[in-house]
Amino acid sequence: MDANIISSKAMSVQEMDVYTDTRDYLAPAREDARKMGFADWFICDIDAHHLETVHWHEVIEHIEDPVVRHQALTYQKERFGAPPYGLNGDLGLRYQDVGGRIPHQSGQREKVDEGDVHRDVVLTRRAMEAMCIDKMVVFPTPMLFLGMHPQVEMEVLLTRAYNRWLTERVTPGDDGIGALALLPFNSPEDACRTVEDFADKPGVIGFTVTSTRYKPVHANEYMRLYRMIEETGKPIAFHAGYHWQDPSLATCNSFLGMHALGFAWCNIVHMTNWILNGIPERFPKLKSVWIESGLAWVPFVMQRLDDQYLMRMSEAPLLKQMPSDYMRQNCWYTCQPMEKSSEVGLKATFEMINAKTQLLYASDWPHFDFDAPRVIAEIDWLDEEAKRNILGMNASRCFGFEPKLKWK
Amino acid sequence: MPTIRVGRVADIQDGGKIVVETEGEQIGVFRIGNEFFAWKNKCPHQGGPVCQGRIYNKVLEVLDADLKSRGRDFDDSTTHIVCPWHGLEFDIRTGEFAGASAVKIMNLEGYSTQVQDGDVYVVV
Repeated sequence: MDANIISSKAMSVQEMDVYTDTRDYLAPAREDARKMGFADWFICDIDAHHLETVHWHEVIEHIEDPVVRHQALTYQKERFGAPPYGLNGDLGLRYQDVGGRIPHQSGQREKVDEGDVHRDVVLTRRAMEAMCIDKMVVFPTPMLFLGMHPQVEMEVLLTRAYNRWLTERVTPGDDGIGALALLPFNSPEDACRTVEDFADKPGVIGFTVTSTRYKPVHANEYMRLYRMIEETGKPIAFHAGYHWQDPSLATCNSFLGMHALGFAWCNIVHMTNWILNGIPERFPKLKSVWIESGLAWVPFVMQRLDDQYLMRMSEAPLLKQMPSDYMRQNCWYTCQPMEKSSEVGLKATFEMINAKTQLLYASDWPHFDFDAPRVIAEIDWLDEEAKRNILGMNASRCFGFEPKLKWK
Repeated sequence: MPTIRVGRVADIQDGGKIVVETEGEQIGVFRIGNEFFAWKNKCPHQGGPVCQGRIYNKVLEVLDADLKSRGRDFDDSTTHIVCPWHGLEFDIRTGEFAGASAVKIMNLEGYSTQVQDGDVYVVV
């Protein structure tokens, strides 16, 4: 021992749990942002989440059908330990937090003192501030399974209730928070009504189809919807999800396997139908955004469809370009969860999807496989312009909003 | 350049073809009206005997005013030769891959044709 001994102090957070403040959780991302100078970069996160079921008692107040609303309110009030009224899905099979190993996935019970805005505004702001994100688009979580609801009417009622709640209670709280209005896709007529009613609501920058569903996206009844969305100039997004009861996925005995495949599979199917039925030819200005399937599936589908198309072109007569051309020009992709284990593979993927213009950063915060902005910023074979595009400018152009710096 | 006599004009019916072989070269000669088109019998995809495939009219998808699909139909004005190995379709008039225009590499290798005194010739 000598005089060079320096002192230390215990960190204020010794072990993170569901009560840990988002800003503590994301402190390393905040430090990255400081070092990388992100305050001068426009960073847009196209896919973050909130847990709408925490506020389900508020959401159901926005159900428009008075009888169902009354039933929902009574149910939530009187049934002890009741799951969210009206929601389908495998609510007890959510193993995302790996047995509590990833607490921010389990829940966000952190203290919120700010009373001027909704709690979800505060939580979202904290994540934005920590990661230096200027615009963050929030999606629901359990409602991603609504496409499998046995009652189409309930899908309509709950998506409308959520859209109303979100645009009345959450998005007005901070102009940096964006939303893609949920489409009750199993009812094309009501999906059109959603476009009419929500296109101009605060924060709405596009529309979402929750991809876990068995409806063919090329069905004739959706053409009016696509035309309406195309006319708004706002994109349509396909947000992936899983469905463990799918007969193939039901053979997977781990959440890991089922989740890895499921989140790609639904969008693989929809993309295949989207392209082969010539939706980009029918609606050339309609921008589609493919969310939360990662990226590795895209080159796979490009190569599979191109290869098969050459041999069976009479089954896709609307195509004037190769399937991969449409996927590279008319479609945008969010990066998360970005498969990074192979630099060779990732580099090839970026080239194949034309990442410099088509790739959009997404965090998926607060889910277990979230990506901080550094996943893009630290890629040493990308130039700065490409990084800035992917982290924000591509989203600004695709969704048509101003790249406003929030943290400068 | 050698000139190959393929046969009499009357030997090739309108909308039909004849595939000939000479000195190791296989050539398909197709007739549309009074025009003749000659293509090497080798598919640019994997080397299949493309000219020995079937002839089909181009398939269209019919969209109504609302861009809804109303099924498929044949385009009687455009005929394709379809490689029997993998089904790649080529425009008989141009030899170009009949699908996505971006696939320029997938074109048939062609020859010029001549008709003289009722005989059809291919210039190789």
